[in-house]
Amino acid sequence: MNFLTVTTKLLEGFWLSCIIFFFTLFGAMPLGLLVSFGSMSKFRPLKIISKGFVWVIRGTPLMLQLMIVYYGPGLMFGLTAFPKMTAVLIAFIINYTAYFSEIYRSGIEGVPRGQYEAGQVLGMTKTQIFFKIILLQVVKRIVPPMSNEIITLVKDTSLARVIALMEIIMVAFTYTTKGVIWPLFYTGVFYLVFCGGLTLLFGFIERKLDYFRV
Amino acid sequence: MPILEVKGLKKCFGNVAVLEGIDFSLQKGEALAIIGSSGSGKTTLLRCLNFLELPDGGSISVNDEIIFDASVPATQSEEEIRKKRLHFGLVFQSFNLFPQYTALKNVTLACELLAKDAADFKEDRKEILTDIENRAKLLFEQIGLSDKLYFYPHQLSGGQQQRVAIARALALNPDILCFDEPTSALDPELTGEVLKVIRSLADKKTTMVIVTHEMQFAREVSDNVLFIDAGVVVEAGKPEEVLLNPKEERTKRFLERYSNA
Ligand SMILES: Nc1ncnc2c1ncn2[C@@H]1O[C@H](COP(=O)(O)OP(=O)(O)O)[C@@H](O)[C@H]1O
Ligand SMILES: [Mg+2]
Repeated sequence: MNFLTVTTKLLEGFWLSCIIFFFTLFGAMPLGLLVSFGSMSKFRPLKIISKGFVWVIRGTPLMLQLMIVYYGPGLMFGLTAFPKMTAVLIAFIINYTAYFSEIYRSGIEGVPRGQYEAGQVLGMTKTQIFFKIILLQVVKRIVPPMSNEIITLVKDTSLARVIALMEIIMVAFTYTTKGVIWPLFYTGVFYLVFCGGLTLLFGFIERKLDYFRV
Repeated sequence: MPILEVKGLKKCFGNVAVLEGIDFSLQKGEALAIIGSSGSGKTTLLRCLNFLELPDGGSISVNDEIIFDASVPATQSEEEIRKKRLHFGLVFQSFNLFPQYTALKNVTLACELLAKDAADFKEDRKEILTDIENRAKLLFEQIGLSDKLYFYPHQLSGGQQQRVAIARALALNPDILCFDEPTSALDPELTGEVLKVIRSLADKKTTMVIVTHEMQFAREVSDNVLFIDAGVVVEAGKPEEVLLNPKEERTKRFLERYSNA
């Protein structure tokens, strides 16, 4: 039970946490944009579906969603369950899509109409207006809420243990049955370092965008 | 021949008629002041001229060419409108500068984007861009902000922002420059510098339509005045007539309220 073997074991768990983290971001960031367009759509059925989706997903615990994705197919339809990691990714991507879509929506809707209109009267096309004027203002608006949400995601990866996926905390917990508690504390270091890095990254982006005000 | 002719312009929002048939014309080099109480439809009229709203009825002609006719759908496609609206420039009440660009870039951006569509852009890229920048710098001299070229909008006062917005609109050489209460969002001590710029444009015979509540300014700077109430032109004429000796009862009442305020 020396430090090195524990570290190696925890790293294996942490690797799974990182997979959950990066794949969730990779899936939910673009999907969130699609759902946000749905929520802002003038086509009512699409708008209602998007808003309903966001309401249900944000209104229920991620842990519940995770259990439904993993146990649901078997219990309800007698199907074989998804592999654990697949189930985790499905639940996480769906969940974070809902949160990201709301951040995008408020960022896009926050850009004053006058910005679009100023571009229009200057003869710009819709595409030019979006890429030359609107996009950067939206990015600036969403960086702070996105950084909060992404740091929450780091810690949410630990929920994967409810379906017995061996993420880092689950690994550390196995030691407690042998009466060893310190690996559990040690996992905190991994989270702190990871979140610390993200905080630096987002701080850097915010400073990069600090030259203008919206 | 008038440079701008507006006939029977109508606009409804839902079932509320905001413009109920506006007629007026404007000669090249003239400044037209539009006055009227809040909610009378002045902003809507300017927005129709700039196609930010699509009129429900009537027509707009520039230099004898009908650029918009509510009864001819062909004049209403998005691509058509994008080209046609370049006849007009619009200075907003709330400036609407692009916050992420310097004052200079605010003025050159639209010109650069238009130039990129031109066929010869690739070969003469450098020259064209320098030319656009030099013309923009001349405009900054005109508005008296040559020392603020590389300032961002948030680093400028309201009056300075509005002057940059005027330069931005002028950069595309519109036939007709429209102002929607250009000083209403400014602190009183900042209105003077903006009015001064507009006055200098009038001296240079820039064709302008100016919606304003500054009656004194309207009298000095305009060649004609249009008084609008409830979506119709109530009275039109020389500033001395409309502002000093109004014929219509509604105009008199409006002006009285203003002189008391
Ligand atoms: N987009 C809109 N939708 C509904 N009503 C509008 C809209 N824009 C303007 N109006 C209404 O049209 C009327 C005229 O507005 P406006 O042209 O802004 O007047 P003014 O500029 O003379 O104060 C007002 O009653 C206003 O509420
Ligand atoms: Mg108005």
